[in-house]
Amino acid sequence: MSDSTNKTPDGKWTPRIVAFFCNWCTYTAADLAGVSRMKYASNIRVIRLMCSGRVDPQFVVDAFAKGADGVLIGGCHPNDCHYVEGNYKCLRRYQMLKRMIADMGIEPDRLRLEWISAAEGEKVRRVVNEMVETVKQLGPLNIPCKFEEWDKEMEALAGHVAHSQSAAGAACPDHAKPQTAQTAHV
Amino acid sequence: MPLALITPNLKPLKPLMFKPKVAFYWCASCGGCEETVVDLAEDILGVVEKVDIVLWPVAMDFKYKDVEAMPDKSILATLLNGAIRSTEQEEMARLLRRKSQYMIAYGACAHLGGIPGLANQFTREHILKFNYEDGPAMANEKKTRPQLVTEENGRTPRLPALTNVVRSLDQVVEVDYYVPGCPPTPKITRAAVTALLENRLPPKGSVIAPDIALCDECPRKATKPANISFREFKRPHQALMDPQKCFLAQGVVCMGPSTLSGCEAACISGGMPCTGCFGPTSRVRDQGLKIMSSLCSNLEPKDEQGISAVLQGIPDPIGTFYRYGLARSLLRRKVNLPTD
Ligand code: SF4
Ligand code: SF4
Ligand code: FES
Repeated sequence: MSDSTNKTPDGKWTPRIVAFFCNWCTYTAADLAGVSRMKYASNIRVIRLMCSGRVDPQFVVDAFAKGADGVLIGGCHPNDCHYVEGNYKCLRRYQMLKRMIADMGIEPDRLRLEWISAAEGEKVRRVVNEMVETVKQLGPLNIPCKFEEWDKEMEALAGHVAHSQSAAGAACPDHAKPQTAQTAHV
Repeated sequence: MPLALITPNLKPLKPLMFKPKVAFYWCASCGGCEETVVDLAEDILGVVEKVDIVLWPVAMDFKYKDVEAMPDKSILATLLNGAIRSTEQEEMARLLRRKSQYMIAYGACAHLGGIPGLANQFTREHILKFNYEDGPAMANEKKTRPQLVTEENGRTPRLPALTNVVRSLDQVVEVDYYVPGCPPTPKITRAAVTALLENRLPPKGSVIAPDIALCDECPRKATKPANISFREFKRPHQALMDPQKCFLAQGVVCMGPSTLSGCEAACISGGMPCTGCFGPTSRVRDQGLKIMSSLCSNLEPKDEQGISAVLQGIPDPIGTFYRYGLARSLLRRKVNLPTD
């Protein structure tokens, strides 16, 4: 997509990354990074969820489908999840999701999962910066544009159909009367 | 199926004075959906008596021109099966949409893209090359391919073109109702046709099946574990199956938990797990991702290597989780494929 939010002031493309951070660890860490005035790339749009276990794979793929170039998931370290098992569930889904997006033509490196505790503001900074670098190397993903490109073949045909149907008003007299089950031979 | 579930509080209208016109049409499909209409057996005669069939290419001889000549909206309902993947199919879908009051996506392919939707993992060129040149059953030394336009004895026959993308019906025209299944069962077909003829239609956009997961009507429901942690995934041919026990309890992927009911667990009764042909329940946007999420979160291992080893038991996640739903999924098609 070519709206201004994924362009630098000089008009160059810059990645747009959606981050799903768990409330208890990674989101708090991102907060800490902010309060400590650590600088990290501004390409990230953080969405806070209660737990990394709440990250439905549909959210991740929907983010890609709506124009994200990368998705970052952050949760509590193993054994630290506020809901005990949420981060393990997340890890298992993530491993299959990586395979599935790869099969669907999305580079698996566009998706990353990191365990970041509430105290690791510095890790937020490092991971976000690394992620932005990785996605910059990969370039724009731009799925909304692909949807548009794919549907061009339909627009072309819609035009053709409208044209031929307006010309088809004059069907041959034999066929002008619709046949029905009663009049057609079965 | 409990029709009352899908038709709340609607009083039947007065009996129709005229025989309503109905069209059946097929697009990218295997013919199985047509079979189901015939499988209504004696019931089909009842239906035929109540309606005027104005188009049914598989069984009767009508011409497209007949349909073109009909006034707009003069057909009560078109039941269209098959995905849309050629210019002809798309043209017919648009024409029938214009001529019909109700457009009904009949069967998994029209509903979700179906098995033909799996072709969205490949380019059109790849498919043509395989089918006319490289396929193991091909003897085509001259590498002849069907031509869109040819000259022959002064005639110029034209063939429809394959589109780059396989689409569900609602990705091409507006759809009023969906009759799910691969193919829809006679029971569900009868429910849909009766709802239509008696004017007891549910809200527009509904899938004509109870909006609850298949497990609910599965004969193996009692053995479905409340808590499950998979140590391995097996495919049905890899082990001797217990014919009474829930497939998930035996480590076999079953799409039942995220699939609409209404088929009366046809596959499970036949000894095979559900592969998801009825499509997802109304709360789910992406059928494949949802069942993946549910199954894969419940593995026993907690470490990367252990998890990965268990997940190897699902060698083709796209073909497994999107058996019928790829074209209608969030991504629709492998995103790095070109269009030509
Ligand atoms: S998971 Fe499959 S086998 Fe088990 S109860 Fe549900 S539909 Fe039946
Ligand atoms: S069990 Fe599943 S795959 Fe089989 S008919 Fe029912 S919904 Fe379709
Ligand atoms: S609460 Fe942080 S991952 Fe579960």
